[in-house]
Amino acid sequence: MFNKLKIRGGVHAEERKAQSTGQPITTLGIPPFLYLPLRQHAGKPAEPVVSVGQSVKKGELLATSSGEDVCASLHAPTSGVVIAIGEVTAPHPSQLGTLAITLESDGLDTPLALSDTVDPMTLSPSEIADRVDQAGIVGLGGATFPAALKLKSGARQKIDTLILNGSECEPYLTCDDMLMRERAEGIISGARLIQRAIGAKRIVAGIEDNKPEAIAAMEEAATPYSDVLVQPIPTRYPMGSAKQLIQAIMGREVPAGGRSSDVGALVHNVATAYAVHQALYEHQPLISRVVTVSGQCIEQPQNVEVLLGTSISWMLEECGGLTEAPSRVVMGGPMMGQILHTTDVPITKGASGILALASPEISKTEASPCIRCGSCVAACPMGLVPLEMARHAKGDDFEGAREFGLRDCILCGSCAYVCPSHIPLVHYFQFAKGELSSQREQARKGELTKSLAEARKQRKEREEAEKAAAKAAKAAKAQAAKEAKERAKAEKARQQAAEAAQTSEESGS
Amino acid sequence: MNQLISSPHAHNRSSVQRTMLLVCAALLPATLYGLYLFGWPAIYLFLLCLATAVLSEAACLKLAGRSLKPCTDGSALLTGWLIAMTLPPWAPWWIALVGTLFAVVIGKHLYGGLGQNLFNPAMLARIGLLISFPVEMTTWVAPTPITSAAAPGVIDSLMITAGLLPIPDGITGASALGYVKTALTMSIPVTESMPQVFDTLNAFTGNMRGSLGETSALLILLGGLFLLYKRVISWHIPVSMLGTLAVLAFVFNLIHPERFEPASFHLLSGAALLGAFFIATDMVTSPTTSSGQLVFGAGVACVTFIIRSWGSFPEAVGFAVLFMNALTPIIDRYFRPRIYGYSYTGKPLKSKE
Amino acid sequence: MITAVAVLTLLGLALGLMLGYADKVFAVEENPIVKEVESMLPGTHCGQCGFTGCGGAAEAMVNGEAQVTCCPPGGRSLAQALAEKLGVSVDLSGMASEAMIAAIDESLCTGCCRCYRVCPTDAILGANKQIHAVFADACTGCEKCLDACPEDCIAMRPEQETLDTWHWPKPAAA
Repeated sequence: MFNKLKIRGGVHAEERKAQSTGQPITTLGIPPFLYLPLRQHAGKPAEPVVSVGQSVKKGELLATSSGEDVCASLHAPTSGVVIAIGEVTAPHPSQLGTLAITLESDGLDTPLALSDTVDPMTLSPSEIADRVDQAGIVGLGGATFPAALKLKSGARQKIDTLILNGSECEPYLTCDDMLMRERAEGIISGARLIQRAIGAKRIVAGIEDNKPEAIAAMEEAATPYSDVLVQPIPTRYPMGSAKQLIQAIMGREVPAGGRSSDVGALVHNVATAYAVHQALYEHQPLISRVVTVSGQCIEQPQNVEVLLGTSISWMLEECGGLTEAPSRVVMGGPMMGQILHTTDVPITKGASGILALASPEISKTEASPCIRCGSCVAACPMGLVPLEMARHAKGDDFEGAREFGLRDCILCGSCAYVCPSHIPLVHYFQFAKGELSSQREQARKGELTKSLAEARKQRKEREEAEKAAAKAAKAAKAQAAKEAKERAKAEKARQQAAEAAQTSEESGS
Repeated sequence: MNQLISSPHAHNRSSVQRTMLLVCAALLPATLYGLYLFGWPAIYLFLLCLATAVLSEAACLKLAGRSLKPCTDGSALLTGWLIAMTLPPWAPWWIALVGTLFAVVIGKHLYGGLGQNLFNPAMLARIGLLISFPVEMTTWVAPTPITSAAAPGVIDSLMITAGLLPIPDGITGASALGYVKTALTMSIPVTESMPQVFDTLNAFTGNMRGSLGETSALLILLGGLFLLYKRVISWHIPVSMLGTLAVLAFVFNLIHPERFEPASFHLLSGAALLGAFFIATDMVTSPTTSSGQLVFGAGVACVTFIIRSWGSFPEAVGFAVLFMNALTPIIDRYFRPRIYGYSYTGKPLKSKE
Repeated sequence: MITAVAVLTLLGLALGLMLGYADKVFAVEENPIVKEVESMLPGTHCGQCGFTGCGGAAEAMVNGEAQVTCCPPGGRSLAQALAEKLGVSVDLSGMASEAMIAAIDESLCTGCCRCYRVCPTDAILGANKQIHAVFADACTGCEKCLDACPEDCIAMRPEQETLDTWHWPKPAAA
């Protein structure tokens, strides 16, 4: 079964992981203010259920979804007072604002009293999913898709294998590695809850073979369970992408346009599994996460457990500060992470790492013309032709770009990593994808306005017709009245004439 | 700092310049040996090609109003170098000048510069020269190592390259491919003519008539393996080209040994090896996908074999490469990798019931 | 020689006549593409293109009298689709990349309902004597309300960019 363990293409990027694995995960303290964006997950923003001025306890619900939307709840990471609900700068390259709840901590960290003695392993699959939903857990690998929704849809489909994603293929990042080393039992326990919720037969933990300590710890934690397998996989970026991991472990590809459940698999990140464990056994919703703080400009690269909403600048200070002004601050890994223009933005559920990179660590070379070397084609794990996609995107021919596979591009950056001409290939793909989606949006708006205009036209016509009918009716009524009047007049005249005749007859006789 | 920069933020530190310089480095052993073998006239010719290539590149960039920075990326240097490798070593100066100018100005910059040209500039130059100046382009001298007594001195060599001193009659002759071809037209069977000019060992070491850098199979092979090791080129084109050529030659030789040369002769003479590792693998003008590259290599081999066996020119790698260059866009169109999650026909894979 | 010349001349004449005949016989009365183009346009008859309604604009575009970029509410995507349909090249650089939509200054609005009445897509919400508001999703930016407003309290603004509508710009040319 496990004879493949290979992905197509990919790159072996310089790892630079050792610098942040030197010391155990440190738990950072409570910052004075917490900024909690209402949308830290894929889907619709959550709606606040607290108001400004309200005091909240640690773990109290702050915002939640209304109805069936793709959404995840948000909880207070510590006790304190809600001081604002408004825009803050989002941790995003655009530096645009996003709605957030601002919490001033009181430093007491008073938890919400919780009493529940039920053994989570006796809960039904849907109860597990509900509790995961209530805890606001999202995919912590970076996709931030609400975990409960994945559990619910998983329960409906026939899932054979729960794949635990411990590959952590991005350079620098070691937060999953450290979590597996230190909290393997919690991860396995969370994974078994997920397994129960989706009815999977077995669990396979895929861990890249550059993490021997994590593999050993996970193997030890998995020993009691015969249906949990720890599977070392080759170190090759982008192994941690769900599609590639499934290909390596299941030896099958997810059909285009399909989901992992189509091949009987469901992928969850190890950190997500740990969050599920925390939510169900320790009654703690998702209020903190482990973040790798690394890069040449960091005094002491390490992994820290921080409360969600902690300002990045505060976190960096707590980690010993910066040794020099970084050339680039990146949220996430160096391959797919997003550039940050300011560190005065909060840590969100999807933030796996904060890298303060010095100029020798980053690629800054100006782009030169494509020499069609085909390195990008060989590196693409999806079998696309990046050079053609970029060429078409550059010429604003987005349909052409799509023909060469833009839609299937996972933006992993392998192509741009190996491009000798330093062409910003991923940037072209982001641009083309954005243009295509705004074209779709405009087309949708066009349809909407067209139907509105049609509706208005019809309404106008109806109104006109009604008006005309009313007018006609009025006219008819007036006519009728007139006629009646005339008839009455004529009648009267006739009577008068008759009377006159009678009188004259009488007088004449 | 507020610039919008997309991921990835890391890079494997490759560059166009590094790629080009690695190819030059791979050419170095065969070149040095060729320069040693053919002495000072070859050295002058070689330097002239390099200088013309870089200067004409600079002139073209200047005329186009572009930055002069690409001059240093090594691509023009490589073009000049490859032209020198394929010229008769004692050719006159104007052959090198005209050829290199043709390659850089018409073969590269008229198409829009680096990455835009359809045809391999060096091969364009070689074929252009061969058709225009057949005499000069087929005057092959016998190896006269620079240290040997027969080798012309520094001044005499300058005169030879300047075209002021005629090349002594005794040392010129036909290349092996040409000799065998001519013999065939005189009804002398291959089995008889070939042993007179071709010796596998000499062909391997390069001690035979031929162009400046094509003669030593061993050193070219070494350079090619170096490029493969450095992952500058992939194995697809060399393997498919040499493999196809060997198979074709072997089969035809088996059928009719007196009419068709054996595989070893095809592989070790002319530009077959240089072409397989350094010319057909030119990134700009070859397909980008591995399946396309296999087709391309096999195509070059087929055309080469056909022209060598039935055409009027003894050597054919240049023609074959240009011919397949023209087909590259079509190959790229039809030979694409299979996209993840799709079948080879482009339909989404079936899900598990 | 003379035979050859004669044959070719006759051949040319015959073929030319056939072509001319075919052109007359199979002539298409009305260009069917006009209808197709009209169906692609927003259909709000806002008149920003300078033609009478979307039908007039469609005809002008097909006849080459109007640019495919002349429809501001349709934006870039429409221009591109039209260019593809009509097989013409298009220069999108002149078009506003972001759609403009109407915004009502609430401090000046008197609730007169005039803008509400002229809006071709019913994108203005409001009632008599109440402040009106623009439903951004339905506004095509046709500017009809601008002229209708007696208080001058409507302005065209680019649509507010949010994290949902933000996209990566094109990379600086290499």
